[in-house]
Amino acid sequence: MKGSGTISQFKLIWKYFKRNRLALGGLTIIIAIFFVAGTAPLLAPYDPGKTEVSLKLKPPSLKHFLGTDQLGRDVFSRMLYGSRISLSVGFVAVGISIFIGILVGAIAGYYGRWVDSLLMRLVDVMFCFPTFFLILTVVALLGPSIFNIMVVIGLTSWMGTARFVRAEFLSLRERDFVQAARALGVNDRRIIFRHILPNALAPVFVTATLDVATAILVEAGLSFLGFGVQPPAPSWGNILTEGRTYIFDAWWLTVFPGLAILLTVLSFNLVGEGLRDSLDPRLRGRR
Amino acid sequence: MTRFLFKRLLQLFITLIGISILSWIIITQAPGSPIALTMDPKVSPKIIEQMEKNYDLDKPIYQQYFLWLKKLFTGKLYSFKDGRPVLEKIGERIWNTLLLNLVATLIIFSLAIPLGVFSARRPYSFLDNLGTFGAYLGLSIPGFWLAYLVILATVKLFGYPVLGLRSFVIEGLSPPEIVLDRIWHLMLPASIMAIHGIAGLSRYTRSSMLEVIRQDYIRTAKSKGLPEEVVYYKHALRNALLPIITLFGFLIPGLIGGSIIMESVFAWPGIGRLAYQAVLARDYPVVMTILTISAVLTLIGNFIADLLYGVADPRIRYQ
Amino acid sequence: MKTVLLSFPLLFLILLGINLIFVSSRPTPMVNQLIISSIGDASYLNPVLAQDSASSDINGLVFNGLIKYNRDLQGFVGDLAESWEIRPGPEPEITFFLRRGVLWHDGKPFSAEDVKFTYDKIMDEKTQTVRRSDYELVKKVEVVDPYTFRVTYKQPFSPGLGTWGIGILPKHRLEKEDINTTSFNRSPIGTGPFRFVEWVSDEKIVLEANPRYFEGRPQLDRIIYRIIPETSLSEMELLTRGVDYYGVLPHQYQRMNEIPFLKIYSQPSLSYTYIGYNLKNPLFQDKRVRQALTHAIHREEIVQYVLYGFGNVISGPFPSHLWYYNPNVKPLPYDPVKAKKLLTEAGWRDTDGDGVLDREGKPFRFKLITNSGNDIRRDVGVLVQRQLRELGIDVTFETYEWSVFLKNFINAKHFDACILGWSLSPDPDDYMIWHSSQIEKGFNFISYVNPEADRLWEEGRKEYDLERRRKIYWRIHELIAEDQPYTFLFSPIGISALQKKFVLVERDPSGREIYRPIQMEKAGLMYDLIKWYVPRGIVMEK
Repeated sequence: MKGSGTISQFKLIWKYFKRNRLALGGLTIIIAIFFVAGTAPLLAPYDPGKTEVSLKLKPPSLKHFLGTDQLGRDVFSRMLYGSRISLSVGFVAVGISIFIGILVGAIAGYYGRWVDSLLMRLVDVMFCFPTFFLILTVVALLGPSIFNIMVVIGLTSWMGTARFVRAEFLSLRERDFVQAARALGVNDRRIIFRHILPNALAPVFVTATLDVATAILVEAGLSFLGFGVQPPAPSWGNILTEGRTYIFDAWWLTVFPGLAILLTVLSFNLVGEGLRDSLDPRLRGRR
Repeated sequence: MTRFLFKRLLQLFITLIGISILSWIIITQAPGSPIALTMDPKVSPKIIEQMEKNYDLDKPIYQQYFLWLKKLFTGKLYSFKDGRPVLEKIGERIWNTLLLNLVATLIIFSLAIPLGVFSARRPYSFLDNLGTFGAYLGLSIPGFWLAYLVILATVKLFGYPVLGLRSFVIEGLSPPEIVLDRIWHLMLPASIMAIHGIAGLSRYTRSSMLEVIRQDYIRTAKSKGLPEEVVYYKHALRNALLPIITLFGFLIPGLIGGSIIMESVFAWPGIGRLAYQAVLARDYPVVMTILTISAVLTLIGNFIADLLYGVADPRIRYQ
Repeated sequence: MKTVLLSFPLLFLILLGINLIFVSSRPTPMVNQLIISSIGDASYLNPVLAQDSASSDINGLVFNGLIKYNRDLQGFVGDLAESWEIRPGPEPEITFFLRRGVLWHDGKPFSAEDVKFTYDKIMDEKTQTVRRSDYELVKKVEVVDPYTFRVTYKQPFSPGLGTWGIGILPKHRLEKEDINTTSFNRSPIGTGPFRFVEWVSDEKIVLEANPRYFEGRPQLDRIIYRIIPETSLSEMELLTRGVDYYGVLPHQYQRMNEIPFLKIYSQPSLSYTYIGYNLKNPLFQDKRVRQALTHAIHREEIVQYVLYGFGNVISGPFPSHLWYYNPNVKPLPYDPVKAKKLLTEAGWRDTDGDGVLDREGKPFRFKLITNSGNDIRRDVGVLVQRQLRELGIDVTFETYEWSVFLKNFINAKHFDACILGWSLSPDPDDYMIWHSSQIEKGFNFISYVNPEADRLWEEGRKEYDLERRRKIYWRIHELIAEDQPYTFLFSPIGISALQKKFVLVERDPSGREIYRPIQMEKAGLMYDLIKWYVPRGIVMEK
């Protein structure tokens, strides 16, 4: 009863996904970035923290592919390590938000009535806060550590997932297999997690992927305002911010991190949208 | 209908209270203080304590909350940063932010919808794919980065003033020139802010249109021999746009959050920047008030969106 | 519908085109005004309440104090006071003889009542002012007559005279107001050379010449402060002549110096940056360790590469160009070999071969912190971390937001070492930073105790004679340099850029204008601001 449906579902999704060239391209880039993040210590030609002030602000060259920053550190190496931060912020933050979102959405959708009302009221309240401002406030007040940033982004982006999951639960709740399970006396928790949830997960993947893109942009925005990951740890956001002062002297400090962010975010967006297209039965027929 | 309204308003009110309490807890629990920001070695900490007392910062949190509420409604709420009435500070800036967002929204709608419709009319064609890719690009670009590059390019290439509400040296300019100048200063930030929105909305319009086009009544209209323009714009679009109305409700919290970065980069005197500076200065009265106003506006926006949706789509009715 | 929607962007493009044509043909007007670029907006245009530099700069033009520092920062000249007398003794008195005929910007006359009013407001606990500590040793003040004001101190206090440079507030305008929230703070009235015109929040503050100023009408017609929060953007405004005066950052100097219409000035500042060691931490309690740390940090390199040479390595707690800095105390040289030796003497060796020094089983490891938002401190922190690493000291470096940094780390004395700076006044009395009584509640957050220095700090603030004071502070300098409770990193040299069209003007008896170039003084470039002028049609050469 449990697994077979899901695997063939995945195979089907992959079949449609493959046909979308843009999405495939995005996926390739994501895999590449993961690879880079994982092997950064091997790939980096220099120690990202090694300062060599006599080499400060040198333009891209054969020795330093992306130039050096104001303390003579190799930008290419820093960018490689920076990928780790961008990816971890993206994934952990979204991991947290998915977890909360699924929990809230499942409970609201399954139990309905006042539980649903209450939880949806909570969702409304959260939507009312200007998200970025809230994130900024909390991070500024609590201190911009990578942990705080991940947690705060996670705590402020679960609402979308919750709504989707709730919608799925509301419709799946009335289906035969659920009624059957209930009649058999299976307890609620099992029903939620082992029976309904696997079928409700499809839209969650889409939102998750898109949310990673957003989370990376948010970290960059926070860095821009001075509240991202703090130096001396290298993140794309703070290389960009540190480079702001030298924008006339060292364009490479602004252009390369920006491009990296753009490329990564773009890839996640392409994959997310590709997933959405593959999952949507109405659009599948077209191709 | 009135019963429904009443119930909704009550819900809104309770939500609002919840938001303000939550906000208050977050802000005041945080470390740092509005007074102890001075490192002037000639200032004795005894004085700092006294100053904190004058701001009621030594009182328990719930008491401070009620004091804040009271001061807000009696008009005696003053900023910690410069002693000005909070509402005055917000009042002089909120129009700038609203203007910026309004123009950005206009740009978004006026460009995204035709793009979306255009794409929907020739799905999966080369132009459509180009548009799709462009939309994704627009969604992915870090706004402040683009803004920075554009500002630099404009200034380096043309020697143009781009910052702020208006050009500085405007002595002896005639009124039409002044108006033009203000429009120029408005356009650049609004356009960059709009890119994200254009990308999103054009995609949304496209998919919404694609769904609608497949419907029977459209095929009927086409077979009746109505010109393409009329079919698409008059019939299809109207129905495709229904869900977009709900977007209005979410526009408003975006006002404040989305503006922070753009306003900082363009030195635009709006409430985004005010909010950011208030957070840094631990200016609790200002931060709380902005959060609350934003929440109020959002709730109102949602409410209006719900009503509009009910009016626009006869299929929806309220229990 | 489609046409309606598309017309909007078309309109935009047309307007853009028209604007491009218009704006590019706009000439730069030669107006007799000074436009200054400011990073932040002012907060209170009230000298008693203001704490930030933007407000203080403007207040300095709108208000006067009783006295002000002379151009060498070594003595005082009269401002609102024509002269004064100090009567020494166990309860010294200063009697100020005020100028007559000074008018407030609204035309009302100035008198000693205004001075007393200002003092009362400062001492009022409800006033949110940090200046109260300056006057704690005042026993009483009295208005002897409308033009004579007398202050009596509880004990001899030489820095006291300098505190009367504070801007004086108008009693007639403020006596019925709540000073913390009055609209006066947005629209002030003073006695100064420039009077307030308007303040557009986050945009600009405009001042105009006061025709009835007691030293004569300033030559400039207007001064405008433009608020531009980004340094790279204000640099651009300078280049497009939207700004006349601008505080230049070290890395911009090269570029600015090559611009033909700008003149660049530099001047050592009254501040210094340091690393403070928490002396309650056993790691830092041995003097040799602290000296070793100073030897291990290549300060000259920091000045050369982070400040582009715009700084002086200092050896003690005073600005390097003032009378109380002891030039005979030389900074400890960069000497990692000597540093290693000192550390070994103090018992630090790498006994387990892990690259980190240790003693009695404990590694030499500490956390260096500073506030975020300061590029220079950030870069210094990274460099120091690397340099100490080479010596075998494991340093982690972190930055925190200013408010959190102060409250949770510094004031709570919850830190190992920090990078901070002091911005000092021209008077050498830094009692609150260094005296042992200031450890609990003052600014001696590193917990430094030195009984001989304590005694000298107390004497220094009681001594009125300059030469005797000099000896006292020179000795303090020696003691602190020996103890190295801080590693004194550097005192930055401030750089500013000014459009060349500004000159100093004086009129000779026949009314002819004589131009002189503007010079940098110890007291700042704008010391003679009332003489600044933009001559019509004449271009001043270098």
